[in-house]
Amino acid sequence: MIQDKDRKREVIVKRIANELKDGELVNLGIGMPTLVANYIPEGIDILLHSENGFVGLGPSPKLGEEDKDIVNAGSQPATHVEGAAFFDSAMSFTIIRGGHLDVTVLGALQVDQEGNLANWMIPGKMVPGMGGAMDLVVGAKKVIVAMEHTAKGETKILKKCSLPLTAAGQVDMIVTEMGVMKVTPKGLVLTELAPETTVEEVIAATEAELIIPEDLIPMNV
Amino acid sequence: MNKIKTIEQALDYIKDGMTIAVGGFLAVGTPDKLIDAVIAKGVKDITLICNDSGFPDRGVGKWVVNKNVKRVIVSHIGTNPETGRQMNEKELEVELVPQGTLAERVRAAGAGLGGILTPTGIGTVVEEGKQKLNVDGKEYLLELPLKADVALIKGSIVDKKGNIYYSKATRNFNPIMATSADVVIVEAEKLVEVGEIDPTDVMTPSIFVDVIVQ
Repeated sequence: MIQDKDRKREVIVKRIANELKDGELVNLGIGMPTLVANYIPEGIDILLHSENGFVGLGPSPKLGEEDKDIVNAGSQPATHVEGAAFFDSAMSFTIIRGGHLDVTVLGALQVDQEGNLANWMIPGKMVPGMGGAMDLVVGAKKVIVAMEHTAKGETKILKKCSLPLTAAGQVDMIVTEMGVMKVTPKGLVLTELAPETTVEEVIAATEAELIIPEDLIPMNV
Repeated sequence: MNKIKTIEQALDYIKDGMTIAVGGFLAVGTPDKLIDAVIAKGVKDITLICNDSGFPDRGVGKWVVNKNVKRVIVSHIGTNPETGRQMNEKELEVELVPQGTLAERVRAAGAGLGGILTPTGIGTVVEEGKQKLNVDGKEYLLELPLKADVALIKGSIVDKKGNIYYSKATRNFNPIMATSADVVIVEAEKLVEVGEIDPTDVMTPSIFVDVIVQ
């Protein structure tokens, strides 16, 4: 299995970038998900949604070229691409909740085999608030979780989440440095296996019941 | 009718214990001069409605640090550690609301709606104590309107009648907050003559605005 931290991230975000289709509207969460933007394949034209109120989020500005009126949803200086559009928060969440957002990519503290997601608080420890995450996960057509498979040696892919949920049964796909898992009516299916990784290693690092299909393929990275 | 006032005059509308809605998203598009003036006046026991609780040194986060607020209704407090500390010490009440739900609850108050139905929060702690309704086989939470006594908003360009244009990502919650309060005070980044903003470009019509400060 992959040990190097940077290589883990690269595999995860590259795989997710390969999942995006031409013309899609995509929201990338804060942290690792934002890196997906760096790996969009050539010829694939996507539009990034920023929940503070625009579509057409561009790359970070050069030092000294920041515009105080353009930031991303994490309040960092941002730019917009040509053809972008700004709007208010009600419109921003009309897009999210109304089924107009094709994909949301976000991190997780825990995910389970029923597609439940926990990523907004650890009782007694950390309560940053849900921000737009609950709306994004309920509203986006496809919900992709981008995260490392384990945290401090503990699995993050469980039979049942123990932390307070962000949303119930909304996750479609989990991408980690060990592989790609899809939430299906039959259960959680390992559909792709990461480089340098064995099925046994994935099973050992996962608490959820993993279905291993006959047509398991190498991870598309 | 002259809506243009000094900040000092505008503060006459703001009293202890009021519910105040403030525009902005992580301190972008927030009326900084009005925020500072509320601190200088020493207003107490505010219930704040805002997207987030800002930063300790920027935006509405300064109200938290200076103890002007007793309760915040926001979607996110992670960028202001002081909010979390006061919440844990039971010095401050915090109601966390999903961001899209917050926008719609404020909009509902401004639009004369008795509430909104949203799938957001179903199956989470957000649904606790709320009415659930089934519409065409799908479950929704009934979320109630959020009205304020005063709204403080920031306009990039404001004309002397109170028509507002917001630049780029500063719009966020500002136009929504402008509909939901008894008194709406706009801080103009640039104040222009009536007619200088093309009516097609007006994002908040002047009828919502009571007071203009600069």
